[in-house]
Amino acid sequence: MNQLFLFPPAASLEAKGVDQLYFVMLGLSFAILALVFGLIVVFAWRYRAGSGARRSKLPGFYAHEMEIGWTLATLLVFLGIYGWSVEARQVHWAPPHGALNVRVVAKQWMWKFEHPSGAREIDALHLPLGVPVRLDMTSQDVIHSFYVPAFREKQDVLPDRIVTLWFTPSRLGQYAIRCAEYCGTNHSLMGGEVYVVTPAEYARWADRNADRSLPAAGARSFAALGCAGCHEARADLAPRLADLYGSKVALEGNRSVLADDAYLERSILDPRADIVKGYLPIMPSYRGVATPEEVSALVAYLKTMKSGRTP
Amino acid sequence: MSGATLITERSWGEGDQEFRASLGMWVFLATEILFFGGLFLAYAELRSQNVEAFDEAGKHANFFFGTLNTILLITSSFMMTIALVCSDKGDRSLLRAMLLVTLALGVGFLLCKGLEYRSDLQEHLGPGRNFPVRLPAAQAFFAMYWAMTGLHAVHLTVGLGVVGRVWLIARRPVWPENFHRTLHVSALYWHLIDVIWMMLYSIFYLVGRAT
Amino acid sequence: MTDATFDAVPERSSSAPSYLEDGHTVASWLFTTDHKRIAILYAAGITFFFFIGGAAATLMRLELVTPYANFLSPDEYNRLFTLHGVIMVWFFLIPSIPAVMGNFLLPLMIGARDVAFPRLNLVSWYVYIFGGIVTLYSLVAGGVDTGWTFYTPFSTMFSNSHVLAAAAGIFIAGFSTIATGVNFITTVHTERTEGMTWFRLPLFVWAMYATSIVMVLATPVLAASLLMIVCERLFHLPIFNPDTGGDPLLFQHLFWFYSHPAVYIMILPAMGVVSEIIACFARRQIFGYRFMVYAMIAIAGIGFFVWGHHMFVAGSSNYANLVFSLLSFIVAVPSAIKVFNWTASLYRGRITFEAPMLYALGFVGLFTVGGLTGLFLAMIPIDVHVTDTYFVIAHFHYIMVGGSVSAFFGGLHYWWPKVTGRLYHEGFARFAAILMFFGFNFTFFPQFIMGYAGMPRRYEVYPPVFQIYHVMSSAGASVLAVAYLMPLFYLGWSLLHGERSPPNPWRATGLEWQTSSPPPKQNFLVPPRVAHGPYRYHAEQDPSDLAEIDSGR
Repeated sequence: MNQLFLFPPAASLEAKGVDQLYFVMLGLSFAILALVFGLIVVFAWRYRAGSGARRSKLPGFYAHEMEIGWTLATLLVFLGIYGWSVEARQVHWAPPHGALNVRVVAKQWMWKFEHPSGAREIDALHLPLGVPVRLDMTSQDVIHSFYVPAFREKQDVLPDRIVTLWFTPSRLGQYAIRCAEYCGTNHSLMGGEVYVVTPAEYARWADRNADRSLPAAGARSFAALGCAGCHEARADLAPRLADLYGSKVALEGNRSVLADDAYLERSILDPRADIVKGYLPIMPSYRGVATPEEVSALVAYLKTMKSGRTP
Repeated sequence: MSGATLITERSWGEGDQEFRASLGMWVFLATEILFFGGLFLAYAELRSQNVEAFDEAGKHANFFFGTLNTILLITSSFMMTIALVCSDKGDRSLLRAMLLVTLALGVGFLLCKGLEYRSDLQEHLGPGRNFPVRLPAAQAFFAMYWAMTGLHAVHLTVGLGVVGRVWLIARRPVWPENFHRTLHVSALYWHLIDVIWMMLYSIFYLVGRAT
Repeated sequence: MTDATFDAVPERSSSAPSYLEDGHTVASWLFTTDHKRIAILYAAGITFFFFIGGAAATLMRLELVTPYANFLSPDEYNRLFTLHGVIMVWFFLIPSIPAVMGNFLLPLMIGARDVAFPRLNLVSWYVYIFGGIVTLYSLVAGGVDTGWTFYTPFSTMFSNSHVLAAAAGIFIAGFSTIATGVNFITTVHTERTEGMTWFRLPLFVWAMYATSIVMVLATPVLAASLLMIVCERLFHLPIFNPDTGGDPLLFQHLFWFYSHPAVYIMILPAMGVVSEIIACFARRQIFGYRFMVYAMIAIAGIGFFVWGHHMFVAGSSNYANLVFSLLSFIVAVPSAIKVFNWTASLYRGRITFEAPMLYALGFVGLFTVGGLTGLFLAMIPIDVHVTDTYFVIAHFHYIMVGGSVSAFFGGLHYWWPKVTGRLYHEGFARFAAILMFFGFNFTFFPQFIMGYAGMPRRYEVYPPVFQIYHVMSSAGASVLAVAYLMPLFYLGWSLLHGERSPPNPWRATGLEWQTSSPPPKQNFLVPPRVAHGPYRYHAEQDPSDLAEIDSGR
């Protein structure tokens, strides 16, 4: 009957701290419950109507001093627990350096992952053991929540904003991913599996599934150059790029232009030449910043960008 | 321990009706402030994320109608206050006149608002396409503009009903015993509508004009 | 009838008919301004909605017996839990104790003839019913699938269900809540009878007062957030749409600014009820009366500043989370004090265990469990893991069902003779109380375990490993359902055939017992005067204690 004792495996470094807190809180709770239930039962028995217990006036200290005493005691205990929980949360203050950076896109009702090598997977996530992982997550429609119970980690994934979550897998195995924020019809089916493998296995897997195509290289450059910082995260600063290729773009000065290869390249190297209507000329030129190979890869990537947004 | 006044059998349950009515109204006004407060908070939060767009959008709000409406409402509140003084002094005809002026100014406000909405829509400031401001976030400014001024207009319409009722009562040859109380409580509500408009005026019509 | 003692209670005189006998036509009920009759109207309303919400819960628990979708489609399941939440929160829990017991008892307890604004009181009932009908329409027309939390952008841009009708219904019902709050605050301020000073008010009155403040200040913010949803859905004003400068998280902030204090709208009245019952059946003054008052005010006040603990994983800043976590711990202190004080009130009492007392003691236990698990959720690391899981479901059901609903049934039995003038069958009532306690724990305790193991909420299809706990939970729910149906029968029987009750069957203090049962239309035949604090139960035991009690300690 192992099913009766249901406890999730602890598969990340963070999970151990959470479990420690949890068990201490459980102990404390049972102690307080035992105290309250015990007192109720003892009083209920001793002072039941008809018992011979003494019922005279209360001793003087029983009123005010006792009240203040247990108020302060409660407050101090609570503050103590609070302090400990804050300390336990410190690991989450800033993302670790040198973390493996995986991009996550949530949509109704699937999780899409993209690794630094360009390897992509849906509803499955391969991660190396013992290496800090940083997930940069965004949603294409409603709010979802990335939840891996075995890691004790959860983070809401918002549309048009990139949120990050980081943790370090500490145990080999296969663990469930779930969506924890209600997201519509098939919310309960939105999930997947995390596979924590050895770093060597991960390297082999990432290499075998690497996307060596030009668009994939462009996607890596897109991330490395920080394009997403404006073009995905700040709708007010920079226009969206999905579905751009082949469309007609309205420019400042009542001009418009067809978004072809030349336009895309020009916009990277000489962004002030054509300013999209409604935006400020704030994008810097990437001439000399991105190599010609990178620029052509970026253009190839932009041509593949399609909004997956469900209407 | 507050001192208790002696209650006779006849007066029990009557209480201080004036205090009761105005306390009830004040508590209700607290509710109204929190109602608009939620919207003001939304405005503040959205502006803090899109300062530039909000300043830009503010220039498209119709300054003429906004200012005219502010003048109309302040004057109406002033008239309402005179009506209160008239009630204390027993000047019935002036009181009726002042209530009527208050009503007229309120109706004038709604008319101006209607004209303003029409010109806003002609400039495509409503939801939909052809929005004239270049920054997309300016649409959030106008979303709040429509929601808040619309809600205020609904309140003003209710206020017209409240003041109109007082006016109808004031026209009776004999005033009911509780007339002063009714007038006082209605005036409180009217003033609140005025105060909220002052805030709306500053966040929608003044913001962004200085730059 | 000048002294609030429990011996000298007048028998009902034939010259003053009770409020129940004052008119028998339907119109005499539907157009009444008598707070007692309005309370009965509310009781009919919330009973209706309680069983609708309960039916939805029953269907969900049946569906969850197996890990697969059986007889409900995912959309049907999503509509059911939305319906359950919306109906139970806004049309049962929030009006339950305040609008039924508060309406009936508040004027009686402070020695008033009626509430401050009797006509407004009647209007608020109609508004409540109208809001309920609009909400029920949204159900009949095809339901709402957003969850009771209406999170954007799902509710504004993606859901194809009847969000507008449901939001409108809740918006309308909000006016009713506000009207009740305004009425109660004004009543407590202006209608107290001679000698009824603030620190002679029964704790139930203090609870209603604190609740009313929360109602009046929180409900309008819900109205504002629902209004913005309507603006975005109906008029396409992009308030929450991030593409045009909006912010989906803004909705969550506004929603929880209301919905966290709303939890206190549900639990504070329950605390008031339980305080009355424990004092009466322990024959003892409530321990630390003034601390109990301060604690309720503190809960109502601090409760406005803890909403962020619903959003630890929503994407707020670390600093905001730390502050909200700290405040959540602090708001738990007054609740803890109340639990200690109820327990201490038993000390040196002369305790009897009638059904109301069983419910009250059950409340203390279940509320303690709910409160302690609330501490788990106030801690950011644990909350990150268990938020949006069954752990949270179990936690808030312990507070709202284990707490509020237990107290509601306790109060229902305690004041039943006062309201109806009849006695109920004590044996059945005790059995139902015990059944409810065990059925409740059986239903919801397994959910804590599931939650920590990672079972998310709002899942129709779930991993088979959780099935054994879901089966336990569903089995408990069927016990609970029987326990909830039982009072319908024995109280219904009592209403028609029950033994006539004396004016004060519990020999309780408190002004509401100083008049006949059921009370006359004008509540008191002679204006009551109050010379003492509440809970003078010591008089039976040690008269030397009286000086201390009367000093209002």
